[in-house]
Amino acid sequence: MVNSSLLTVNDLRFERDDIPVINGACLTLNVGEILQIEGPNGSGKTTLLRILTTALQPSGGEILYRGQILSECRFDYLSNILFLGHQSALKLTLTAEENLSWTTSELPGSVSIMEALEQVGLRGYSDVPCHKLSEGQQRRVALARLLVTNAEVWFLDEPFSALDKQGVQFVEQCMERHVKGGGAVMLTTHQPIGMEPVRRYSLVGSSVGGGF
Amino acid sequence: MPESNRGFSAYFRRDLLLAYRRRGEVASPIIFFVMVATLIPLGITPEADSLKELAPGTIWVMALLATLLSAEGLFVSDYKDGSLEQLLISPNMLVMPIFGKVTAHWITTGLPLTLASPLIGLMLSLPSVAYLPMMAGLALGTGCLSFLAAIGAALTVSLQKGSLLLTLIVMPLYMPIIIFGSAVMQYSIDGMAWSGPLAILGAMLAVAIALCPLAIAAVLRLITIN
Repeated sequence: MVNSSLLTVNDLRFERDDIPVINGACLTLNVGEILQIEGPNGSGKTTLLRILTTALQPSGGEILYRGQILSECRFDYLSNILFLGHQSALKLTLTAEENLSWTTSELPGSVSIMEALEQVGLRGYSDVPCHKLSEGQQRRVALARLLVTNAEVWFLDEPFSALDKQGVQFVEQCMERHVKGGGAVMLTTHQPIGMEPVRRYSLVGSSVGGGF
Repeated sequence: MPESNRGFSAYFRRDLLLAYRRRGEVASPIIFFVMVATLIPLGITPEADSLKELAPGTIWVMALLATLLSAEGLFVSDYKDGSLEQLLISPNMLVMPIFGKVTAHWITTGLPLTLASPLIGLMLSLPSVAYLPMMAGLALGTGCLSFLAAIGAALTVSLQKGSLLLTLIVMPLYMPIIIFGSAVMQYSIDGMAWSGPLAILGAMLAVAIALCPLAIAAVLRLITIN
C-alpha cells in the first residue's frame, strides 16, 4: 500500500468573487479517523466540505482519493461518500419513511428503514409527514441516513445542531461505530466532542477583514 | 441499464407522490386554464362563429401560461431543502433523475390540461371534428412545453423571484410549439389533413426528450457550482 490515507488534500484554494475563502488548505483523512474542521464563522468550513463532496469546484489545488486524482475516480468516490449538510434534504410533505426510502433506495443497507427510525427514537412516527415533526425530530430523520448507508467517508456539516443531549450522544456513537468499522468521518462543529479519536484541523479565516 | 432506470423511477415516483400530497397546488394551473378560457366568451363574444376562429389560439396560449405557472417550482424546492445538492453529488448520471422529474411534471400539468381541454372546446364552441386533433396536439405539445420550461426553471433556480425571468427566457422557445399546435386545430376546423403539423409536434417532442435533460443537467451543475 503506497498511500494509507483515504483522502489527501493538497494546497486547496477557493475564491468567491475574487476573494479567497480557502487559501491553501492541506489535510489528510485516514481510515478510522474522525477529523473535526474548526474555524470561526465564515472561515470556509462548509465550503471545504462542499468542495470535497464535489458540489463546488475548487479554484486550485488537488484532491486525492486513495492516491488517485478525484476526477479519475469520480464514480468510485461518489459511491463511497455521504454528505449531510445544514439543509437536511427532507421533503416536508413526505413521511419520515418515504424520505429515507428515496434517498437510500440504492443502498442494500444492513439496517432497514424502520429499524433505523426506531434507533433514532422516532418509533411510531414513520408515517407522519415531516412538517408535523419538530426541528430536532426532522434532524433525527436526516441522521437516520447514517444508519442505512454503506458509505465509507462521511461528511457531516454541523451534525449536532438542533439536537438534544441524547441526539448528540447518538451521533457520536454512530461515528465511533463507523470509524471502528474502517470508515472515516470529517465534520464541522463548534461544539466540543466528547469522544476519543478526534483530530482537529483549523481553517484560518480569510485574510480580508479580520476585525476580531 | 438498471442503474439509470432506478434514477428515473426514484425521482419520478417521488415527484408524483409530492404532487399527490399537495393536490390543491397542482390543480390550480388547470383551474386557471379552465377559468380564463371561460372568460373569453363572456368578455369578447358568445357568438359561435367568432369563437370558433379564436378557439385554437386561445386554447394554446392558455396551455402555455398554465405550464409556465407550475414550472417555477420544478427545481426550486429541491434547491432550497438541499436535495438538489444530494442529487448533484450522487454517482449516477444526472440525466435520468431529471427526465423522471420532468415526466412527473408533465403528468401533473400537461396530461390534466389535455384531459380538461374538451371542456374548454365546448365553451369556445369548437366544431366536433377538432376535438381529437386538439387533444392529440396538446398531449404532444405540452410535453415539449414541460421540457422547455424545465430549462428555464433550472436557469432561474437560485434567484429569489425567478418566475418573471423564467417566462421571458422560455417564451421565445415556445413559439414554434404554439404555431404548430394551433395549426393542428385550425387545419382540422378547415377540413384539411392535420397529421402534418401533428407530426412536427411529435418530432419536436422527440428532440426535446433527447436534448433537454442534457441541457438541464449542464445548467444545474453550472449554477450550483458557484
